[in-house]
Parts: sequence; C-alpha cells; structure tokens
Amino acid sequence: MLHITSPIRAINWNRVEDEKDLEVWNRLTSNFWLPEKVPLSNDIPSWATLTRDERQLTMRIFTGLTLLDTVQNTIGTISLLRDAETQHEEAVLTNIAFMEAVHARSYSSIFSTLCLTPDVDDAYRWSLENEYLQKKASYIIEHYKSNDQLKKKIASVFLESFLFYSGFYLPMYWSSRAKLTNTADLIRLIIRDEAVHGYYIGYKFQKELKKHAVREQDDIRDFAVSFLFNLYEIESRYTESLYDTIGLSEDVKMFLHYNANKALMNLGFDALFPSDICAVNPAILSALSPISDENHDFFSGSGSSYVIGRAVATTDGDWTF
Amino acid sequence: MSLVVYYSSATGNTHSFVDRLGVRALRIESKGESPILDEPYILVIPTYSDNEGRDAVPKAVVHFLNYPENRALIRAVIAGGNRNFGAMYALSGSVIAQKCQVPCLYCFELRGTDDDVYHVRRRLNIFWKQKC
Repeated sequence: MLHITSPIRAINWNRVEDEKDLEVWNRLTSNFWLPEKVPLSNDIPSWATLTRDERQLTMRIFTGLTLLDTVQNTIGTISLLRDAETQHEEAVLTNIAFMEAVHARSYSSIFSTLCLTPDVDDAYRWSLENEYLQKKASYIIEHYKSNDQLKKKIASVFLESFLFYSGFYLPMYWSSRAKLTNTADLIRLIIRDEAVHGYYIGYKFQKELKKHAVREQDDIRDFAVSFLFNLYEIESRYTESLYDTIGLSEDVKMFLHYNANKALMNLGFDALFPSDICAVNPAILSALSPISDENHDFFSGSGSSYVIGRAVATTDGDWTF
Repeated sequence: MSLVVYYSSATGNTHSFVDRLGVRALRIESKGESPILDEPYILVIPTYSDNEGRDAVPKAVVHFLNYPENRALIRAVIAGGNRNFGAMYALSGSVIAQKCQVPCLYCFELRGTDDDVYHVRRRLNIFWKQKC
C-alpha cells in the first residue's frame, strides 16, 4: 500500500481482511524481547575458555549476522511496505523491521559483554572486506531495489530462512558443548523470530503468486530456484572461509541444505535438497529444539523451559517406600 | 486404506503434506460446522503455540474434538511445526497424544520433505495393519 488514500484511513483491527495479519501480529507481539532479558555476563568465564581463533571466528560470524539484520531492518522489510495489501500487513511489517533492529542491536550487547573493543573493531573491519559477505548482501539488496514484489519477497524469505543459518550454526555448536549457553539462548530468540518472519512473508508471496497465470508462476519458481543456487554458491564459499579453520565446513553445509529446503517450503515450493545431504548433526538439532521432555540445558540461566522448583515440607509418609 | 483427518491454514502447508501422502483425507474447515465421523482416523495438524505452549492446537481442531464421537474414533496423531520454535516444535502432537491417549506417530516441519512423506506412508501402513 503506502499510498496515501483520500480520505486518509485509520487502521481498524476489528475489521481484519486477512486473518493471518492478526494471527502473526499476535504471535510477534507476544514474542517481543530485548537483549537485556538475557544474562549474557554469565558467559564471561566460558568466553575465556575459547582459543583466540575461536573468539575471532565467533566475533566475525556475529558481525556477519549483524550486517544481514541491518539490511533487513533498514532496506528489506521497508521495501516490502510499498506492496502491502492491507493496513494490517503494513503494521506487521513495521513490527518485523523493528525486531530486526533489536536483533542487530543484540550482537552489540554480546560484544560489549564479552569482547575487547579493538577485537570487535577488527571484526567490523573484516565484515567490510569479506568478499562473500558483501556479495550476498548486495545480491539481496539488488532485488529489494527492484520493482518486482514477488522477487522482493523471495529475497526476503531467502535472507530470513536461509542466509542467517551459516551464522546461527556456531552458537548452536558452542551450546551443544556447554559453551556460551546464554548467548545461545539469545540467538534462539532470534531464530524463533526469523521463523515467523519467513513464514509470514512466504505466505504473502504465495497469496500474490496465485494471482498470476500458471506459466508466470512457473517462471517465478524457476527464478527462485536459480536465485537460491546462486546464493548457495556464495554461502558455501563464505562457510568455508570461516569454518575451515575449525574443520566444520561440511557439517555447516548440511545445515545450510536443511534450511534452504525450509526457505523453499516457506515460499510454498517443495524441498529440493535430498535428505542425505540434509543430515544435520543431531547435537545441532537438539541445541535448536530440545525435545519437549528432554532435560533443559542445565548450564543456561535463562532458557524458556527453565522452571524454578517450589519448596514443599516433607512428611514422614514421603519416606515410606 | 484408512482415513486421515487434517487441518490446514491459508499457507496450505499441512494440506500439501496430506495431499502428497495420497490417502483418503477429510479437511476440517476453519469456519462452519465440524464434521462428525463414523470411522477411525488419524489426525494430521500444524502447531500454532505461543512461547508458553498455549493455543498449540488450532481452534477448529479443538471444536472438532469436542464432539465425543470424534474423540472416540481418533487412533493416532501426526504433527507439523518448525524446529525454530525450540521446545514448542510440533507441540500440538504431544498435546493431542496426551489428551486423547493416542500415539504421536511422526512430526514434520512446514510442508514436510519427500522423505517425511515416505516415512509417514510406511508408518501409516504398519499402524493400520496392527490395528486391524
């Protein structure tokens, strides 16, 4: 939308045209969080156990994620506003844009809690100079600047549901080894938000796509698949440039394939990467979603499933077996 | 082969999954009267839980299961979700399993991969053979 109607209309949430708008608005607002909620300083002793190379890798990966969040906050989501079909969709998109700013801001909280300023400055310099990071961001921005709303939505879903995951892998990996577990809790909040964003924009994409003739739909699908493979090429090089140092590149790529499939599914397309190359390390899957009755990550201080026990006085009967 | 009853929202994820299973299926619509069943079935549903696990089961499915006839005929559940939601992943499956005392046969993400479809088809075959 973003065109000024005459007369100018006030948004009415009691007359919703697309129920998904309200459903997603409710989900996003109930998910709202700020980095201050997470006790990041509990990770200071753990940070000290990482080697210099591991610390540098972690900072670089987090600046890479910050860069993508910045793009999404100030360019991506804003570029989608113009195509919104309803005023409620506009409201949801502005919520998404703001949360991307919160995500970008969170990495700075991690840095100020754990790292030395010169090291962080180095990592930011690295993010300006890393060929693959710059390439994937420009590639996405190129489509955000186009006037094609379907392509913009595809770019957005690929950023939110695919490109972040080479970065998300590392905190999940540390967490699976009981390192930086509070940082991992914060990243899990971001991962949860990105799922809703990809889901919603993917849904709006599908809705728009249905208005087109079958042949155009096929063309758009072909475009999405080739766009994904181009991004995948860059993403593989990016992954190798970072994870080769700790010998994890191949494991990260499994995670990339798995998430590429989910990005396609968010757009309403079938998964493309076969299961034998989507065999994500079970430790990573379990760091992502501990099965509900599994033990809570005991090292963490802020997990969502962390419940403080209630004290109850014992009676003699408790000791009769 | 046996009946699948499912719910799918406007994204069509669960619809696509059930469609690819290629079994006899009945959709619970989000509006209007619930169907009342007279034969055993397996329920396939997505998850919409909040962070506390509230409202995991879609409202239309709750209405459907409020009919004792429908509750009596459910034999198993299969749930969709997204691992990004952590411990809430495919929560609707365990909620139904607990409330209706039936097994949760499988969990899949979004619209499921071809592998998921293959595994579910296999499990459905084995399950119904054991039941008959």
